[in-house]
Amino acid sequence: MRIELVKRKEHSQLMTVLSPLLAVLLTLITAAILFSLAGKDPIEGLFKFFIEPLFDSWSLQELLVKATPLVLIAAGLSVCYLSNNWNIGAEGQFVVGAICGSFLPIIFPDFQNALTLPLMLLFGIAGGACWALIPAILKARFSTNEILSSLMLVYVGNLLLDYLVRGPWRDPDGYNFPESLLFSDAATMPSIGFGRLTIAAPITLVVIVVLALVLSRTLKGFEIRVMGESPRAGEFAGFSKGRLTLFVFAISGGLAGLAGTMEVSGSLNQLLPVISPGYGFTAIIVAFLGRLNPIGILIAGFVLALSYIGGEGVQASLGISDKISNVIQGMLLFYVLACDTLILYKVRIGHNRRTASQGA
Amino acid sequence: MFEAILLTVITAATPLLIAALGELVVERSGVLNLGVEGMMIMGAVVGFAAANLTGSGTLGALAAVLAGVCMASLFGFLVLYLATNQVATGLSLTILGLGLSGMIGEAFIGVPGLKLPRLDIPLLSDIPFIGPVFFQQDALVYVAFALVALVSYVLFRTRMGLILRAVGDNHGSAHALGYSVLRVRFLAVLFGGGCAGLAGGYMSLAYTPQWVENMTAGRGWIALALVVFSSWLPLRVVGGAYLFGAVTVLTFHAQAQGIGIPSQFLSSLPYLATILVLVVISANRRLTLVNTPACLGKPFVPDR
Repeated sequence: MRIELVKRKEHSQLMTVLSPLLAVLLTLITAAILFSLAGKDPIEGLFKFFIEPLFDSWSLQELLVKATPLVLIAAGLSVCYLSNNWNIGAEGQFVVGAICGSFLPIIFPDFQNALTLPLMLLFGIAGGACWALIPAILKARFSTNEILSSLMLVYVGNLLLDYLVRGPWRDPDGYNFPESLLFSDAATMPSIGFGRLTIAAPITLVVIVVLALVLSRTLKGFEIRVMGESPRAGEFAGFSKGRLTLFVFAISGGLAGLAGTMEVSGSLNQLLPVISPGYGFTAIIVAFLGRLNPIGILIAGFVLALSYIGGEGVQASLGISDKISNVIQGMLLFYVLACDTLILYKVRIGHNRRTASQGA
Repeated sequence: MFEAILLTVITAATPLLIAALGELVVERSGVLNLGVEGMMIMGAVVGFAAANLTGSGTLGALAAVLAGVCMASLFGFLVLYLATNQVATGLSLTILGLGLSGMIGEAFIGVPGLKLPRLDIPLLSDIPFIGPVFFQQDALVYVAFALVALVSYVLFRTRMGLILRAVGDNHGSAHALGYSVLRVRFLAVLFGGGCAGLAGGYMSLAYTPQWVENMTAGRGWIALALVVFSSWLPLRVVGGAYLFGAVTVLTFHAQAQGIGIPSQFLSSLPYLATILVLVVISANRRLTLVNTPACLGKPFVPDR
């Protein structure tokens, strides 16, 4: 048996829509196999993981809380990936953004007025953007591989947070626990609804709409696309590759930083040694599952948020490790990438002996 | 004292060396596999589990290799036969590996590990200074040395190596000459996976004989950087790996001495050093362009 790819004359529109659905379906089947391998009833496992959270008001709200940072980070990443810049250090930009956003409430806890929160968010955006600009500048100036440098900065960012929370930023009245002081009300995202849901969700929605408009209606959006698909053509049109790299990294770092600040000031209310369950990495999956398209990312964000909550759910009810979330997330990305092949190619599985002996 | 430090440098450098050598072969065939970290961590957990269940370190190391090969075959199938994006597929391999290893490893947290025995080479190990440092190590250190020799020999002195490099430098021509580009690449990817798995196994069987979640701590990524650092030459990988081993060990010693620098800053040194090294290497265009496989990262779909 051999697999042959036959190039389609043009992109299959049908497959563009169908491929993520197919990927989700394949993930469900694999998840069922995983559940039965763990000795559980697969139907019950799938139900508890994917369906039950949708019928419970608490977990629905939690779904929104978790989808918010994922969507926000993924939106920024999609801009990078569309222009062929591989920022995979969003986790670090999220953390550094959160650190910078927490600067005001921790260092000047008495600065409490209407400006506190907006300033915090601005600091967070600036912090994330600066952290992202390091690999961008290195790439533009020295053509240093941005994949590796942005990823290395994730470890550095996490260690920086660890240092601050255990060292100079530790709450002096906190019984030596590694955590910062709790933020004042003026430094906390206003909540909507009754749980942990804050105005972070509507802010994210606005960002998505703006991004969709910029990408589809403006020259900048066109530039991002052209430089991704055909950098030579773009350079003839007068677009600068280096400047665009800086721009897209700043955008995605800024959004990750914003997400980080909104997470600490909305959900956690203080800095802790670990503030993210890998949002920055999961957002990469969100970006791809969402076809690097703002609306697609919005939907994909909920799918991945569900995988976090489902993991917690099966851990509580079936006693399966919540690590199953990461397994399902990784598998989902695999399937998405595999199914995307169907957009550009037809897959032909042949048994033809002649080609088999010839091409082997 | 100096001898002891040198000993730990070798232990710290060995996993980097093994993983980077494997990835070097993969990249020479024109494929960029960013999943080294994921394959390594799977090697670490499977190797630890197998050694623990069978009581044999050798079987543990073999299982680690096998785990890496399995992960790599997943990657190879997608990237080569379905022509998926190599960067994204490699990333997903890492994400999957980190998740899967966490799940498998949960049963082994806190379980005492099995340390690979020391294997003294007769006669050579009696040489003063050189003997204890180089010839009184565990078997995998020798395997790493042997791999360096093997990879440099095969890549540059055999027909097989010539074909591999041809596939990586110009897949169109290699295809026209009748070589199966995809098959050569698939085998290279499997080799890289086996090396990454073994490197992970070294972490959990020799370096720190226990299972800790995410215990590879970015070493797979540093191995990727080492390949760039070496400008795709196996002997330079050795230098790079020992340089990084030295940085890691020095940060340990500095922490133990308590020289007043926060431990987090010392721990971040290997990562910062990686960035610095990448910048220095990539700033020198001539050095990188000579040896960079020309088809690195480009998908190949044979037309017939």
